[in-house]
Amino acid sequence: MSDIHGSPNQADLAPGEDEVVSVKLRVFGYLVGLGLAILLTATSFFVAGTNLVWQPSIPVAIIVLAIAQMGVHLVFFLHITTGPDNTNNVLALAFGLLIVFLVIGGSLWIMSNLNHNMMPMDQIMQMQR
Amino acid sequence: MSVVAVAHGPDLRLIGLEDAGHEGPASKRIITGYGFWIFLLSDIVMFSCFFAAYAVLQGQTAGGPSGAELFNLRNVAIETAFLLLSSFACGMASVAAEVRNHFWFQIAMAVTCLLGLGFLAIEFREFADLIARGAGPSRSAFLSAFFTLVGCHGAHVSLGTLWLLTMMAQVFAKGFRADIQRRFLCFALFWHALDIIWVAIFSVVYLLGSAA
Repeated sequence: MSDIHGSPNQADLAPGEDEVVSVKLRVFGYLVGLGLAILLTATSFFVAGTNLVWQPSIPVAIIVLAIAQMGVHLVFFLHITTGPDNTNNVLALAFGLLIVFLVIGGSLWIMSNLNHNMMPMDQIMQMQR
Repeated sequence: MSVVAVAHGPDLRLIGLEDAGHEGPASKRIITGYGFWIFLLSDIVMFSCFFAAYAVLQGQTAGGPSGAELFNLRNVAIETAFLLLSSFACGMASVAAEVRNHFWFQIAMAVTCLLGLGFLAIEFREFADLIARGAGPSRSAFLSAFFTLVGCHGAHVSLGTLWLLTMMAQVFAKGFRADIQRRFLCFALFWHALDIIWVAIFSVVYLLGSAA
């Protein structure tokens, strides 16, 4: 049946699925992912509470570390790779990310613009009097 | 499968497609996983709306407490560790399911479940503590957005835990049948995706919230 995986004809992989390799290698892959994730998380928490780095750079550093960690999770835990058998999964991910950036970026942009152009609240209150 | 495709379609050898990887329909496992991946991406898009609302409303505390006064980073670090380790344990269960090892599958799933429950217990305590201090979701727009975003993730983890127990029972009762394996593949994707969303939450909500 078609459910046998690892047949030589297979051209696609489900997300979360890896090429057929030994158990040791698969466990090792998850261990590498876990190690990288712990490293990035620890750095993130350290950067948030330290005075050693230039303060205005902290938010940027936290966001960069978060994006890096999401990448680690995608590659090592969800097995989304750039291989030819993963094209469909990567394209779906790219479209999802496009929507995410439009929603978040667009909301922040529009709302900061509104905040910038709107009269302060106490003045609006005085006009209504 | 490829035989069927060739029999009904044009002869692939004649139009030069035989080496292009067109071997007929993909296996059920690949289609199921792909469909679930699309669902997960739509779930992530939904979360991005909550993130956008939170980012916009973060400063609107209506004279109430801000994130820097409320958040306890030590608790968040423990929650993060629990969820990350449970994601790893779920990966171990995937490996065990692939080699059809009942013993290690049930052990890894039990560990995944306990770590998930630990995460939920800490989160529940945090929410109860905030509400007891008068910082419930009705206090300010900031707290409404906070409870919606983090609570929605917590609801996902709760449902995921129920799904996890169902998978343990199904594998116990029915063994590693192909359809059970597909369900487990979807569960593992769901659990790992929840961890990705938690990474965004602890960075954007907690770390940035207490740094600002």
